[in-house]
Amino acid sequence: MADFNLKINGKDYKVAADPNTPVLWVLRDDLNMVGTKYGCGIAQCGACTIHLDGVAIRSCVQPISSVEGKEITTIEGLSANGDHPVQKAWMEHDVPQCGYCQAGQIMSAASLLKNNPNPSDIDIDVAMNGNICRCGTYTRIKTAIKTAAKNV
Amino acid sequence: MKSTAAAGGGMILGFSWMASCQPKTEEELLEMPNEWFEINSYLKIGDNGVTTIYTPNPEFGQNVRTSMPMLVAEELDMDWKKVIVEQAPYHVSKYGFQFTGGSRGIMARWEPLRMAGATARHMLRQAAATTWNVPLEEITTSKGMLVHETTKNKAGYGEMASLAGTLEVPEKVELKAIGDFKIIGKSHKNVDIKDIVTGKAMFGMDVQKEGMLYAMIIHPPAFGMTLKSMDESAVKSMPGIKDVVTIKSYKDDFAKGGFDTNAFPEIVAIVGNSTWEVMSAKKKLNVDWSPFKAYTETINGFRGEQKVNIPAGLESTQIHKQKMAELAAKPGKVVRKDGNPEEAFQNAAKVLERTYSAPFLAHNCMEPLNAFAHVKSDKATISAPIQIPNFIIPTLSASLGIPAENIEMDLPRMGGGFGRKAYAHYVVEAALISQKVGAPIKLIYSREDDMTQGIYRPAYQATYKAALDENNNLIALHVKAGGVPESPLFANRFPAGALDNYLAEEWVIDSNITIGAFRAPRSNFMAGAEQAFLDEVATESGKDPIQFRLDLLNRAKDNPVGDRNDYNAERYAGVLELVREKSGWDENPNNLNRGVSAYFCHNTYAAHVLDLSLEEGKPIVDKVCCAIDCGVVVNPDAATNMAEGAITDGIGNAFYGELTFENGVPQKSNFDKYRMIRMSEAPKEIDVHFVQNEKSPTGMGEPPFPPIFGAVANALYKATGERHYSQPFLGDKRVLG
Repeated sequence: MADFNLKINGKDYKVAADPNTPVLWVLRDDLNMVGTKYGCGIAQCGACTIHLDGVAIRSCVQPISSVEGKEITTIEGLSANGDHPVQKAWMEHDVPQCGYCQAGQIMSAASLLKNNPNPSDIDIDVAMNGNICRCGTYTRIKTAIKTAAKNV
Repeated sequence: MKSTAAAGGGMILGFSWMASCQPKTEEELLEMPNEWFEINSYLKIGDNGVTTIYTPNPEFGQNVRTSMPMLVAEELDMDWKKVIVEQAPYHVSKYGFQFTGGSRGIMARWEPLRMAGATARHMLRQAAATTWNVPLEEITTSKGMLVHETTKNKAGYGEMASLAGTLEVPEKVELKAIGDFKIIGKSHKNVDIKDIVTGKAMFGMDVQKEGMLYAMIIHPPAFGMTLKSMDESAVKSMPGIKDVVTIKSYKDDFAKGGFDTNAFPEIVAIVGNSTWEVMSAKKKLNVDWSPFKAYTETINGFRGEQKVNIPAGLESTQIHKQKMAELAAKPGKVVRKDGNPEEAFQNAAKVLERTYSAPFLAHNCMEPLNAFAHVKSDKATISAPIQIPNFIIPTLSASLGIPAENIEMDLPRMGGGFGRKAYAHYVVEAALISQKVGAPIKLIYSREDDMTQGIYRPAYQATYKAALDENNNLIALHVKAGGVPESPLFANRFPAGALDNYLAEEWVIDSNITIGAFRAPRSNFMAGAEQAFLDEVATESGKDPIQFRLDLLNRAKDNPVGDRNDYNAERYAGVLELVREKSGWDENPNNLNRGVSAYFCHNTYAAHVLDLSLEEGKPIVDKVCCAIDCGVVVNPDAATNMAEGAITDGIGNAFYGELTFENGVPQKSNFDKYRMIRMSEAPKEIDVHFVQNEKSPTGMGEPPFPPIFGAVANALYKATGERHYSQPFLGDKRVLG
């Protein structure tokens, strides 16, 4: 156990945890931020995607000891009022079915558009291939990303 | 979409979905009433007219949390903008059979939910008639307002709710004519959309309670094994670990129901302060397993009481395949025979025989199995993602020794179900762990635990044989199908009824690998096999594949063979005709790289035309055009979403889905090996159309799924010139061949 100072969604937190603990479980179990989901634990499904200094990463394999001094953004902090262009586009196209993977999808999409405001279909495929949607909402996700791109 | 408690009581603000998708402004937030009046178990009306509708069935992505309240609001004549949706807990006397599965939700609730709205509206009108002293018949309603035209009296529902709530609930009142619908049939956004995109939607996995501990299980590494012993010494002293216990899910004399399937009733559980600490301890625990002996169990399920043989041994896919080939070569159990198929095959000018197969599949819901349980002496509080709460209550009661009426259950949103969460052994496990450690616990399955636990889609095989006469007319069809450990055959489905000579046989192979409902059980294999075979017969006969099917359906409509045919030939033909028109099938006579497929299951008809191209041997699905007849389409955009999802899911499983076994061990346990369809492999375009009619609605969760397997196979043939008989068509490969 060690103490870690974290900056999450613009706020400071102090948590005591085993240094190997993935950020995912600190968010969920210690800080009750359950918007970030557990899907596979091996960085293969993308349900746990968060931003570390603005870049999408898989929080299920990112040890807590590696994120001190860095800016963490979770789905809860992507925007103040749920009005990030990606979130708005998701609402416009009514993307989700079960919804479980969607926080991760949105975080990946937001990271993509930050670096590439006008992605091609192939850019979207590459950026989003790490996020599984078991319900199969990919066509809506792609459409929503294109809508969001117009509004970023 | 939930009401949020404001500090200090008084005015509370809730959020309601408005017509637009923009974030809510202050004035769009609903003002909560000071007082609620319960009209019936499905709705309560506030003094300001805001209405809460309790949605009875658990949600796993089919969007019933929107479509079911729409049924109530329609007959209530309510302003949808003033509706708040809340999930009803499990409550059998209030909400009946809270079953999410079998594409039955909307179909089963179609009349009762509209009646709940209509009776409430009647009571509100009655209250207004009494208050204004005018005849009931003269009171009209619109968008939450009561009006008496001649006296110019007008009141919101909220003003009459207090009195209405005291009136007797009428047994039955007249429902609206379909043509008068204002809410049903128009697209309404998912009521939970804002919560989902902001991470606030609460899934079973997200339940956090005061004093809660975390639990994980260790189940046998192979089917055919059971718990022998365990040594907790290496783990008990690890940081954060509270307890290590063994549990037995069923008492010895327990009579299992159809959804109590569980390959591993005796398991070990580790309980601790956090998920990570428990996960870490799990890797260190020493457990010994031993093979179990063969046994027979009696299951009381949908098909009545059945004896099921569970063989001993460690099974492998290779052995399954050998046994399947052996049984396919022997006569099976005849399930249906029309005419004289033997003679027809003897006299045939040409006989075509093809064998289709598909492997076991894991459900792989994105939300792994989990459950919260707090068991205290003779009471249990449960919160779990579960498809059929009604079925697990008797099991919980028996296993815990607690009366059923002392078990409370919340129904949080499920992160996918697909049939898997109908088998709620994990809820029993959570409850037993809580009872044993004397604390509230949340049980979490790791992805590996989830994927290797069983309840799989069975492995299936089907051999089709067609007899053609000298004019290439189909004169007889023989299907022989079986599986491990379930036959997929539906003997009375199309093309039965369209052929004078027809024979259907089946066989099964016992197994200790557990199986369960997987999105459109059995149909999810038979549709693909049948539709691929009919396609090949059409090609062999030199006929257009759609016209070939329509000719058969015409025969079944005009002069059906037998009286047990399980489909409506006219509606079946309807979806084929619609997909032919919408896909521009006739304008493209060669239909290069296009496959067609149609099927009827779970009371809904679906047809697809799939366009496929090859990029350096890699199949790309360019477009799927889909036609569906599910009667009245309650929420069209949500229904379209379901069809898109089923199509994408089906394409993924047709190309990649596979779980194999060696010595009882599932050969894949996470998404690094288990290939799921991903963004780059999804169809580039999906175009969904509905047959317009006024028939009572049927489900959308399953029906578009089975036929897509046939559309993929048939398009693959067009694109490659080769028929594909064995799923998965690609498996772990990137390119065909």
